[in-house]
Amino acid sequence: MEIFNILSYSFIQRAFIAGSFVAVTCSVLGLFLVLRKMSLIGDGLSHVSFGAIALGLFFGIYPFYVAIPIVMLASLLILKISEKAKVYGDAAIGIVSVIGIASGVILASVSKGFNVDLFSYLFGNILAISMIEVVLSVLLSVIVLTVVYFFYWDLFSITYDEEYAKVIGIKPTIINNVLTLLTAVTVVLSVKMVGIMLVSALLILPVVTALQFGNSFNKTLIVGSIVSLFSVLLGICFSFFLDIPTGATIVMANALFFCLALLYKKVAYVSKSVLL
Amino acid sequence: MKKIIEIKNLSVHYGQTEALKDVSFAIEQGDFIGLAGPNGAGKTTLIKAILGLLPITKGKVELFGQVKEKFSDWGKIGYLPQKFATINTLFPATVNEVIMLGLLSQKKFPKRMTTGDQNKVNSILKELDIIGLKKRMVLELSGGQQQRVLLARALVSNPEVLIFDEPSTALDPKSRKDFFQYIQKLNQEKGVTIVLITHDTGYIGNYANKLLYIDRSLVFFGKISEFCPPGKNHQYFEKSDEHIIWHQHN
Repeated sequence: MEIFNILSYSFIQRAFIAGSFVAVTCSVLGLFLVLRKMSLIGDGLSHVSFGAIALGLFFGIYPFYVAIPIVMLASLLILKISEKAKVYGDAAIGIVSVIGIASGVILASVSKGFNVDLFSYLFGNILAISMIEVVLSVLLSVIVLTVVYFFYWDLFSITYDEEYAKVIGIKPTIINNVLTLLTAVTVVLSVKMVGIMLVSALLILPVVTALQFGNSFNKTLIVGSIVSLFSVLLGICFSFFLDIPTGATIVMANALFFCLALLYKKVAYVSKSVLL
Repeated sequence: MKKIIEIKNLSVHYGQTEALKDVSFAIEQGDFIGLAGPNGAGKTTLIKAILGLLPITKGKVELFGQVKEKFSDWGKIGYLPQKFATINTLFPATVNEVIMLGLLSQKKFPKRMTTGDQNKVNSILKELDIIGLKKRMVLELSGGQQQRVLLARALVSNPEVLIFDEPSTALDPKSRKDFFQYIQKLNQEKGVTIVLITHDTGYIGNYANKLLYIDRSLVFFGKISEFCPPGKNHQYFEKSDEHIIWHQHN
């Protein structure tokens, strides 16, 4: 069976391990982001990571070591701009995002030496993931999921009803900071998998699929994680067999699940109407 | 009597606009306060300032004898907002999950729910006769059912004071009567202090023992019977409301 044979390749094993952890992390955080109408923060931060990765390559430092702190700072900057500068959240994301891209383009232009490396991050390639990147992905995913576990009710509360959360003594500013910092880490981890251009798909698509079925917050969280996990595993397999880009295939697998969910919902609704 | 909420010279501004000016009063344990005033008088602003949802320009709010900034025992205060106005309408939360939120104020980090907490939720669901809604999604419920869920969330922490912002707007006349009778029972039998913003001025006299009337500043605070002498009501109420109040006290 060829499907089992691919598991004997070490690069596939690494992709499966790192991909599974990042997929679940993206879906869990994505649920809070989508329901808080902050979905595009992932997109904005991925653009910042472009500039940060360029900076790492420019100085010859491993790009993730530079990208993680810079993208975390950028995430806090987005919150500060929208809080203090009378700028809407989406505009704040736009400001930080374009600065990130512009910095990356300037650095790429000045250096002239690492354009190929930099542009490989635009579309990602999880099949080329190194062992150190696997360890980093698993470790950081576990940290992100642990933080979500401990702040689960606070995150749930501010996502559901921020005003009430304040009344019961929860500090939305702190929880928002936690959420965006976790998102920043997750975005950087996802860049290797699907690339800068497609990171937000991992945060949004599994969640909107799960929202079609979810009949509780907890179940939506679980369904989203399962959809995300299967999309990554299927995406890796199909990209291997069809010899097409892995990141794009993962995103298309996610999109397929979303379309199937919509179709299922429509059929279920029609069947219910006919029975009534 | 123990002072539950004490407001001293409170002023609140929205930008350059003064929403509340120099308001002072004290709510004692066991009071049932009807908070009334014309539209835009600052009723919701006052409640939000008490709950820390709005910054105060001047003055002081004390809760259970502590200045609000140092107060941390938020489980003693139950709050029922004006319908689901601020709530995300696509949120896939069940009734059970939403009521659990009412227990968070009593939790220390890391906040986890226990079997005991689930028992408290079940108990309040039974008391309000909505146990059948436990696993339903809140967004699928009618306005009246949603209001009961919010009431359950406010009550689950067993609060000493309940603050309601126009709670009866989504209710039909029978549900409204049931609602007012229920909170009156809480007030009289369990000694829960009630503060209630309402436009149902006709109901104030039936249930509340004190009236707090504001119109950007404090107009009246005291027993309703002192507020109602015929001839004075027209200053504060529309003709129809004046008529209801007059009948209740004559």
